[in-house]
Amino acid sequence: MRRSLTATILVYAAVAVFAMSVLAPVAWLFVMSISTANDLTTIPLRWIPEQPDFSRYARLFSLEEGSAGLAFLSALRNSVIVAVSATAIALAAGIPAAYSFSRFSGRMPLLYAVIVTYMMPPVALILPLYKVFSALGLLNNVTSLIIVYCTILLPFVTWLMKSGFHSVPVEIEQAASIDGANLFQIMTRITLPVAAASTGAAALFALLLAWDEFFYALLYTSDTRAKTLPVAIADFAAGRATDYGLISAVGLLAALPPVLIGFFLQKSLLSGLSAGGVKG
Amino acid sequence: MNSFFKGAACGLALLIHQSLPAFAEDVTLNAIFMKQAAYSEDDTKAMAKAFEEANPGLKVNLEFVPYEALHDKIVAAQGAGSSGYDVVLFDVIWPPEFATKGFLQDVTARVPKGDRDKVFDGAWTTVDYDGKIWGMPWILDTKYLFYNEDMLKQAGISAPPKTFEELAEQAKIIKDKGIAKYPIVWSWSQAEALICDYTSMVGGAKGSFIQDGKLSFDTGGSVEAVNYMKKTLDDGVTNPNSREYLEEDVRKVFSAGEAAFAMNWTYMFNMANDPKESKVAGKVGIVPAPGFKGKAEASAINGSMGLGISAGSKHPDEAWKFITFMTSQETQNKYAKLSLPIWKSSYEDPAVTKGQEKLIDAAKISLGVMFARPMTPSYPELSSILQKNIQQVLLGQASTDDAMRAATKAAGRLR
Amino acid sequence: MAPAQQDRTAWLLLTPMISIMVLVTAFPLLNTLWLAFTDAGLTGQGYVWQWIGLENFAYILDDSDFRAAVGRTAYFTVISVSAEVVLGVLVALLLNQEFKGRTLVRALLILPWALPTIVNAVMWRLIYNPEYGSLNALLTQIGLLDAYRSWLGDPATAMNMVILADIWKNYPLIALIALAGLQTVPKDLYEAAIMDGANAWTRFWKITLPGIMGALSVAMVLRAIEAFKVFDIFYVMTRGGPADSTKTVSFFVYQESFTYLRAGSGAAYALTVTAMSALMIAIYVVLLVRREKRS
Repeated sequence: MRRSLTATILVYAAVAVFAMSVLAPVAWLFVMSISTANDLTTIPLRWIPEQPDFSRYARLFSLEEGSAGLAFLSALRNSVIVAVSATAIALAAGIPAAYSFSRFSGRMPLLYAVIVTYMMPPVALILPLYKVFSALGLLNNVTSLIIVYCTILLPFVTWLMKSGFHSVPVEIEQAASIDGANLFQIMTRITLPVAAASTGAAALFALLLAWDEFFYALLYTSDTRAKTLPVAIADFAAGRATDYGLISAVGLLAALPPVLIGFFLQKSLLSGLSAGGVKG
Repeated sequence: MNSFFKGAACGLALLIHQSLPAFAEDVTLNAIFMKQAAYSEDDTKAMAKAFEEANPGLKVNLEFVPYEALHDKIVAAQGAGSSGYDVVLFDVIWPPEFATKGFLQDVTARVPKGDRDKVFDGAWTTVDYDGKIWGMPWILDTKYLFYNEDMLKQAGISAPPKTFEELAEQAKIIKDKGIAKYPIVWSWSQAEALICDYTSMVGGAKGSFIQDGKLSFDTGGSVEAVNYMKKTLDDGVTNPNSREYLEEDVRKVFSAGEAAFAMNWTYMFNMANDPKESKVAGKVGIVPAPGFKGKAEASAINGSMGLGISAGSKHPDEAWKFITFMTSQETQNKYAKLSLPIWKSSYEDPAVTKGQEKLIDAAKISLGVMFARPMTPSYPELSSILQKNIQQVLLGQASTDDAMRAATKAAGRLR
Repeated sequence: MAPAQQDRTAWLLLTPMISIMVLVTAFPLLNTLWLAFTDAGLTGQGYVWQWIGLENFAYILDDSDFRAAVGRTAYFTVISVSAEVVLGVLVALLLNQEFKGRTLVRALLILPWALPTIVNAVMWRLIYNPEYGSLNALLTQIGLLDAYRSWLGDPATAMNMVILADIWKNYPLIALIALAGLQTVPKDLYEAAIMDGANAWTRFWKITLPGIMGALSVAMVLRAIEAFKVFDIFYVMTRGGPADSTKTVSFFVYQESFTYLRAGSGAAYALTVTAMSALMIAIYVVLLVRREKRS
């Protein structure tokens, strides 16, 4: 289908507006990260700092004992471990469950029950779980965060994947079934690849939710061995001498890994799919 | 038979293990501190290291959290029944709650009798509750009135204000001369910071939070304080953005040279004098917060913090040793550039006063008149009530009388 | 498969999920349920409690501050989720068009979402800063605003400004899920519709929207649940102020349990919030199912 010239111009204009709306606040974050404290309190506002100051980035990559860099880099490591493991487990348990809900009718109340646990404000669950982890010696350990995050991710991974599986026609599965494939083969080789876009979206969603979680991590971790990025950032923001530039720098760097992961995920999933196409 | 032996062996091993600490030297103390400017993380670590060197066999495991998380982490660790922390840093407003709910150990018997007089009375109120002592004061802090010396000179004002009335008058002059659009900046956001400024004013009006044995906020000093706050807003001498500001915002506005007066904690003195952080370095004046005319010459809020032994600690003696070291005059004098000592005689020590004479002069007065926020186990809730009602006045949503009456009524219902 | 065998397979597939959920959440949930009917207070020695039946809930029903907070939270939820859905679908449709640099622009979608909530909140707090914020500077420089103003200090604007910050961060999620949904809408349906002479508007309502509605409604419900228990962004940006104008229901749960150490009523508030959330979602799901049946 060809587009008219007006339509093309409109599309590009809209894309420009969209890109601006996303980039402008982040660009400001970047400006703050390279501005000195005095530049940041100038009226009228100085949009571009007089003397760009990259020292915060240098500080964030230094590895001295007790430095901001060590706090940041270990938090980055912990966050990656926690988010990736929790997402992997949630997908491994959530995909079969979603498949079950989607292909075998009659167990929907169970799904709703699982979703209700997601509605509970985390504050209410934090203390009892603290007790459990304390007894198990799992406080200040990434394992406890992975366990908790799984339960946060599972309800919606399951639900999202269920709706994804719904859009996969049952006919192609039946064909494979006649050819002698077992259920596991059908699920992994037929259904899952066709629902790849939903899987990608669910995975990314899960990853970012785990990446973002703050309150459990704040209470369950106490040093560089387990603190995740949000907690480390809160540490940087704490106290009575807040360096907004440093927080901005940390914030930007913290957003990079998910952006990269998302970039590759969507490239392989979304574009791969629209090229191949799904005929219903 | 076999399992019996196993059990017996286990029991024996356990017995030996449990009796070991009595002989073994190594004890590790877990301590929770906060990330902040007064006694930075590095300094606290250095102090702990000096302690470990002086006490072989004792190790201190330090954890630093933001102030906002300090209370939550202490109660979570204790409430969950884990042994958790041995030494905890607590804010002046927590001892009533921590004492009545069993989070802290009573250390009255541990404090040497002679120390009582050597430390500021105001500092002791940080750790006193119900006639008992719950720790040692460590960070001694109060809010001062900072002023921009250049702006005052430019306005032809020879001396900083001694009363809140004078403060408003001077600010009016500065505003009328066009030197600053909004001469005074405060931290009146919906937060504890608002209550600190308010309490300081109530102290400056010689008011009281207790009337006939009950919490009361709708008479005398309280009403005078809130009326004053509202009036400076209406007159345009207080920066209206104060209603969304915290201490850090106040520091930024003052350091940018946009306010002639600012109320803030000790830490701002050195930071506003740092050319990297401030455009008014070298022009920063500091005096005690004023009082109300005819009532007081100065006012101050007790914003100190103390170190205590948590109720669940299995090593209270070692914990106390550590607290004694951290709060000792020697340690405190060494780090006096960041936080002033609790010991009276330190203020005559040139090593402490050098380079911060202006601050010390103000501190000598302020520390003597430190006024405490209401002492009640349900203080956190009371603070929320006051924050909301005072803010309603400042935003013009309610009259002082109505709002403070509502606050008193709500305080009476506290469970 | 025989029905019995089908049933067994269905349960088998569910086992991993159920075991994880039960193992981890059963104890805290039961604990919360029990606490809600007690006057438990948190002390240094654990909970000190007494059974008080429904007293906590009676207190909550009578709490006019909490009722006001429910209204505010509902406002936050409805406005931010509906704006996120509209924006999300529009952006998804846009990014589904052919244009140069599409992969890169699509990756942009992840950027706001990848900023941790705390950073997002601090960032917007700085943007809204009444004196040094870029919003005031921008609006005055392009002539939309006469004088600098306080965005988060004014009860009339504070809530909406936080909503704006929340939308900016979260609508990309909806967009991404809608975009994934668009990939599964069969292309030949469009070709057939064009043959029949349907215009773009009709095609959107008859083909596109029904095609992505499944995934979209899941995303919407999840966002609504999240929005209803919102806490972090307000905690950083306004702490519930000015004058309680941005205090949401989660603040009550947090304050009761952690600040005031009343575990019992904290649990009761938590259950009340959960029940409201469940009710809200149930109504939505029922409406959705009814609509599906009609069409």
